[in-house]
Amino acid sequence: MQLKIQYYALMREQAGRSDETLDTAAATPAQLYQELAGRYGFTLSRDQLKVAVNSEFSDWSRPLATGDAVVFIPPVAGG
Amino acid sequence: MQFRFTESPIDVGSARRELQTLSAGGYVSFEGWVRDLNDGQEVTRLEYEAFQELAVKEGDRIVTDAMRRFPIKHALCIHRVGSLGLGDMAVWVGVSSAHRGEAFDACRFIIDEVKHRVPIWKKEHYRNGDSGWVNCERCAAAPQHSHALHTHHEHQPHDHHTPEHLATTNPK
Repeated sequence: MQLKIQYYALMREQAGRSDETLDTAAATPAQLYQELAGRYGFTLSRDQLKVAVNSEFSDWSRPLATGDAVVFIPPVAGG
Repeated sequence: MQFRFTESPIDVGSARRELQTLSAGGYVSFEGWVRDLNDGQEVTRLEYEAFQELAVKEGDRIVTDAMRRFPIKHALCIHRVGSLGLGDMAVWVGVSSAHRGEAFDACRFIIDEVKHRVPIWKKEHYRNGDSGWVNCERCAAAPQHSHALHTHHEHQPHDHHTPEHLATTNPK
């Protein structure tokens, strides 16, 4: 399954990229985060993050479909 | 669109005109400014970035929610992205209403929710050469804190979702 991943802020720096298209067997955002944390050494734990699929907040257990765009959301600091 | 981003300095004069209506008796605004000290570190500049596709939707939901909760006329929030220097305005919220009470309440509600919910991130650069993403890099060592913004109305932190954090905030 092919997914599009975008990275922001600390996670963009740790991944060394803003986005990528990925072939993965991950069926959910939770599984995807585990895979990518292993690859890039993300320092934030999953319970510190939110996740968005196709530009809307999502559950970590939502089934992913090919072509989905996934964004992990580190603790926010607007204002 | 009741929430938007800009890469240029926020034009307050133009923004407040969007709130004007003959049924409003006044308006309340909040300006967040880049402060020179946060969590004991001397700050020299900030970089803001946002997941804009989701952030504008979430920001619009917050302002729409404020319009439902409070009997106000208009409300708008504008947030900067990019590199900001000390004293620059990072965020502006404006609310017009028939009477002042609901305008103050709605303005406070909007800035609190924006800080809490909208996917915007802030990297601080410090005088000692270090830098860090606020709420991300030291969150394991210290609780999240209210941060680099002051208003000219009130010299206290405005993140009241988490009052236990106030104790960690440095007074200017």
